[in-house]
Amino acid sequence: MEFEIAGKKLKSRLFIGTGKLPTYKVIPEIIKKTGVEVLTVAVRRINPEAKIENILDYIPDNITIMVNTSGARNAEEAIKIAKAGSEIIGTKWIKIEIEADTRYLAPDNEETVKATEILVKQGFFVFPYITPDLITAKKLEKSGAAAVMPLGSFIGTNKGITCKTLLRPIIEEVNIPVIIDAGIGRPSHAAEAMELGADAVLVNTAIAIAKNPVNMAIAIDMAVKAGRLAFENGILAEREYAEPSSPLTDFLK
Amino acid sequence: MFKEILQKEKEFFLNFKNYDNHINDIFIKEKITKQDFLKLLFNEDDLILEKMALESKIITDKFFGKTILLYAPLYISNYCENECVYCGFSALNRELKRKKLKLEEIEKEMIILKEKSFNTILLLTGDDRINSDIDYIAEAIKIAKKYFSEILIEIYALTYEEYKYLVELGLTGLTIYQETYDEKLYDKLHLAGPKKNFNFRLEAPDRAAKAGIKEINIGCLLGLNKNAVFDVYLTAIHADYLLRKYPDIEISISYPRIQPAEAKIKIENFVSDRNFLRYITATRIFLQRVGLNVSTREKEIIRDNLIGLGITKMSAGSKTTVGGYHLNTKDKGQFEISDKRSVEEIIEVIIKKGYRPEFTNWVKI
Repeated sequence: MEFEIAGKKLKSRLFIGTGKLPTYKVIPEIIKKTGVEVLTVAVRRINPEAKIENILDYIPDNITIMVNTSGARNAEEAIKIAKAGSEIIGTKWIKIEIEADTRYLAPDNEETVKATEILVKQGFFVFPYITPDLITAKKLEKSGAAAVMPLGSFIGTNKGITCKTLLRPIIEEVNIPVIIDAGIGRPSHAAEAMELGADAVLVNTAIAIAKNPVNMAIAIDMAVKAGRLAFENGILAEREYAEPSSPLTDFLK
Repeated sequence: MFKEILQKEKEFFLNFKNYDNHINDIFIKEKITKQDFLKLLFNEDDLILEKMALESKIITDKFFGKTILLYAPLYISNYCENECVYCGFSALNRELKRKKLKLEEIEKEMIILKEKSFNTILLLTGDDRINSDIDYIAEAIKIAKKYFSEILIEIYALTYEEYKYLVELGLTGLTIYQETYDEKLYDKLHLAGPKKNFNFRLEAPDRAAKAGIKEINIGCLLGLNKNAVFDVYLTAIHADYLLRKYPDIEISISYPRIQPAEAKIKIENFVSDRNFLRYITATRIFLQRVGLNVSTREKEIIRDNLIGLGITKMSAGSKTTVGGYHLNTKDKGQFEISDKRSVEEIIEVIIKKGYRPEFTNWVKI
């Protein structure tokens, strides 16, 4: 089940966001119980000077931190935030998140492509968060993105993989990993994303605001594994009608 | 501009017939209408309020996570030319000692706030273009930039050029309260001074938005208008207008509430705790992703219980006197602080409630 992303071999196909967690103290336990290897941290939330818990104290060294540029409103800001974050954390993994719409937190695909092109040239591993659009995904692939991260539904909505029709062609046509990000509100949504053929999923809200974030992380991790295993096994198509168990054309034999 | 919308919405409000039927249907809707919003604001049933609180909690957790952003106000000057009958800084208040911090003092106060972990600062002055002119504000912003990632101002309404100048220096946010959206009442409450110009203030958020500001916080002062629902409704409509017109700007709302003890004038319109909660939760249900802010004007029990019920930002350990952080002053502040607890105590309360205090909302770039 191992797969490669940005030159790194990973076993876990679940990436976890940290922004909405009630406390960072749950992070080590989540890692221990799920084997998750990649966490995202918003640069805007890193503040080692504050006399409150510092997220970096709770993330072990063997975890890959992907910094995200949330709060950026255009490519220029995203690049600045990415560089600031990369410097503080010492990571080359950048999630480009440019939300020019505070009502839906809808990503600006156009600005995201611009930021990706520039940051890739400067040697970063870029993970652009996009509204699922095949052409954008293709452009990102061409510009050297490490993966694409199309949304399943808008951030925080917990609606699941409502953008299936738009996600399927991206998974089929793009040759870099596809990580479905946002909208995953429960384990079955994560399983659905994996059955669809996504390489990984990124979850934050569903885990962070659960009664017990550790347990929800375990449940989602199990679903990710189940979905992936099923995908690799080949999933049977759904049919509208029952299929007769004795073939209809048997008489020809 | 918002002025035209205000006129239409005023008519809409006056013609609104409140039928309480189907109120429960509101809770199964994904997006509620402004009629629904008004129904919630006017409702008086405690069972419905309980439902509103639950709905508000779910929405807030979903979109803002288990976090509360803490910020600090910093009063740098209390000189004021306005005669606002409800305000402690009013020019009518002849007994108030007027003071303006020197730049070194501003820095001293900022260092204290920085040491308390604050990363978001709100600079406040009275309305006085001579004693706290734009260059004085600019200097304060320059100093603030050394210490804070987010710098907001709550001062007099500026022109587009002035906002642009300050944004270029590092200003990230604007707080400006219309106080009341009832123009006639506004005129009665603001006897004299630059603030008397209702429209200039009303359109300040637009000018700041065009000047490139990142966040705007608007509000109405509850207690001024007998018809509080009108002001709450118009504040939310104003926020909705800003959200739609400037989708990349973070919009927040405050409902500061005049407390009985601080009233400078006879106020018959105190908003009850019940209604206060109703307005906050209804606003959350109507505008799901808008920031909601509560200051130390509110007492402990209210603040503590609002955590998780809709609000996203709080001030903490605030002083509303000029120089209050570094001087042990007996001067009167702009308003009486009800929650006098320290930042550390507020942090503890937030954590106990199952939330994570945050100080940073923006990257200094």
